[in-house]
Amino acid sequence: MIAEFGLAALWLAAALAGLQLVAGSLALTARGKDLAGIVRPVAVVQGVLALIAFAALIVLFCQTDLSVKLVAMNSHSAKPLIYKLSGAWGNHEGSMLLWVTVMGLAGGFVALVERRLPEQTMLATLAGQAFVSLGFYAFLLISSNPFERLNPPAPEGQGLNPLLQDIGLAFHPPTLYLGYVGLSVAFSFAIGALVTREVGPAFARAMRPWVLGAWIFLTIGITAGSYWAYYELGWGGWWFWDPVENASLMPWLAATALLHSVSVLAARNALRAWTVMLGVVAFSMSMVGTFLVRSGILTSVHAFAVDPERGTFILALLAINIGGALTLFGLRAATVTEGERFSVVSREGALVFNNVMLSAILGIVLFGTLYPLLAEVMGAKVSVGPPYFNPVSAIFAVPMLLVLAVGPLLRWRRDSLARIRWSMAVPAALVVLSAAGLAIRAQLHILPFIGLALAGGLAVASVLPLKGRNLARVPLAVWGMVAAHLGVAVALFGMASESAFSVERLVAVRIGETSEVGPWRVTLGGIEPVAGPNWTALQANMAASYRGGAPVEIHPQARSFWAPPQQTSESSLLTRWNGQLYAVIGDQAEDGRWQLRLWWKPFVTLIWFGGLLIALGGFLALLGRVASDLRRHIARGKIADRRMEQGR
Amino acid sequence: MSAIKPKHQRLVLLTIALAALIGAGLLAAWALRNQASYFYVPKEILADRPEPDRAVRLGGMVEQGSLKTEGDGVTISFVVGDGQARVPVRFKGIVPSLFKEGSGVVAEGKLGADGTFMADNLLAKHDENYVPRELRDMNEHQKRKVLEETQ
Repeated sequence: MIAEFGLAALWLAAALAGLQLVAGSLALTARGKDLAGIVRPVAVVQGVLALIAFAALIVLFCQTDLSVKLVAMNSHSAKPLIYKLSGAWGNHEGSMLLWVTVMGLAGGFVALVERRLPEQTMLATLAGQAFVSLGFYAFLLISSNPFERLNPPAPEGQGLNPLLQDIGLAFHPPTLYLGYVGLSVAFSFAIGALVTREVGPAFARAMRPWVLGAWIFLTIGITAGSYWAYYELGWGGWWFWDPVENASLMPWLAATALLHSVSVLAARNALRAWTVMLGVVAFSMSMVGTFLVRSGILTSVHAFAVDPERGTFILALLAINIGGALTLFGLRAATVTEGERFSVVSREGALVFNNVMLSAILGIVLFGTLYPLLAEVMGAKVSVGPPYFNPVSAIFAVPMLLVLAVGPLLRWRRDSLARIRWSMAVPAALVVLSAAGLAIRAQLHILPFIGLALAGGLAVASVLPLKGRNLARVPLAVWGMVAAHLGVAVALFGMASESAFSVERLVAVRIGETSEVGPWRVTLGGIEPVAGPNWTALQANMAASYRGGAPVEIHPQARSFWAPPQQTSESSLLTRWNGQLYAVIGDQAEDGRWQLRLWWKPFVTLIWFGGLLIALGGFLALLGRVASDLRRHIARGKIADRRMEQGR
Repeated sequence: MSAIKPKHQRLVLLTIALAALIGAGLLAAWALRNQASYFYVPKEILADRPEPDRAVRLGGMVEQGSLKTEGDGVTISFVVGDGQARVPVRFKGIVPSLFKEGSGVVAEGKLGADGTFMADNLLAKHDENYVPRELRDMNEHQKRKVLEETQ
């Protein structure tokens, strides 16, 4: 019953999206003006219906209703409740339902609260949002119905991939999807602005909180995903340039560029066409990512369904949405009047540089991710990994980081480097000193060397915008910028340190034997069998001591899940302020020794703390923007009230 | 820069942006030619040896009876075959859980001068739903063998 209820809600939501598209478009014309009133309510109800459908799927998974095909394929009665829940979106159909739900809710939310834009632009925006949603509704209902029944019901479910049975991963996809799909709002705003030719500071101010919101979720999602890959895959790495990681990185790069260009548009009414273009590109990258992942054309642990029909469907959606938007852009871009001018050395100039570099990195990642497909067409099977991505993206990232240090100190419109040279002296000296120190004391590869040399100076430079200001009066948005830039420096230091100073040890030991890795001494105390709700495991009990200090117990496991039957390696992490000890247990050799793999990774945790600091910066900026918008709104309301009273 | 007439600013910006992007594209294309890792089956890698320092991937079946662990307990050697040719492989590390004799594997690494493939990483079949793409594309006979062995 619940499945049919959910399906009905989904059909209704799709129908309302159709209505929203038609009414929104007609209301733009002179004859359809009367329809304008219904567009916003329809958008809200559509969002609510999509949410109801999603809630229905959650309930089905919680009950483990095995008469529903999706539940039978992806769940199991013996699974912990939290993973029954996360199983709802840990599969193709469920994740696409989550996609349209977030999209519907985002559209509904915009319809509910956004009052700053001209009504015409809002109508076009909501129609655009409905158009994109409609494609995904069709995709769900035609080729990926999550509520399909199974007759007769399955006796037991097949379970969820054990790699996905992890608390961090349970909330990773929804976070990432809020980011991915949140960018659809920026896309629709761009469409709306192009249709009504209303590109300007008001448009930028309206769009900015949505971009910020989506970007915060993307940042958190990517950070969490990286940490998950780090401890769950047991390979000791934190970023693999896997197509799915790239699929989340590309929208983030575009959204980061958009975030910076939208502030230029809001503050200075410049970069008008470019900002609109980025609005289109950011969500396009979300869709490209989805296509790459969901179509299964690229090898990835994340590829749920290898189904050519679905791939073709998403490809068609992609072509229609991106092609349509770019065509509209091409037709209208010339009519978007040129913005205010600025000189090269200015805040705008620095932000343009940031945008170009981010776009270049985006292009490099996109090219590298698609290259295996291109090569396959030519008959060669290749894969592209860190030897390509790391150095080539660094060529553009390093100049960007240098400008990141300088840009926030520059004034809008026109400035001179001479004015800020004394402010820059401290960070510059710090960079030179750390580079010299590193060159003398350690033999490093070029990328970690650059990273370590830059990180300190970058950290100092990123707080310089606060210098000489009354901290109590610094706007939240500026605090946000400082936090985010500091986060970049912190993450950079973590990445460079991990890559420069990690120590690895791979040994086979008998019980009672001790091995050393970096400053650690690790003793294998014993191996014992343990059991969880849906797995059994061999657990290594080890004692680790840092520089001869008191030993701490760690327990890496080799787990065997039985539904579906699969083995995973559960790493054990010991976190200190200055790094992490990472331990994995392998097989037992014929002579009774156990394989152990140990890493000491100095300051590796800063990678993710940096990521979270970047997200926190976004959150502060969002808070500041929304608060000042509200204040302005209230003040305007008061003025209007007073006028009314005087008029009486 | 102030010498440039303001009305050309848009054009100048666009040109610079385009130049940077095209530069990025050319750089990427050049780097991809040099850094992309090609996939070989044993027959191909013996017929057309990759340069010694070039990272490549080798895919095939782990031959029955060929898997040996060396004295240090963590280095293994085995032979990867495709029915037509055989390549010895050495790997130091913890093997993936579904890695075993008679089943498929993709080894990432370099072919040494002595003809031994030095693997840095092994990819095996993760689970029922995930098979390395190259293994998926093997011929039917090999595929059947993989299925028989892993079920």
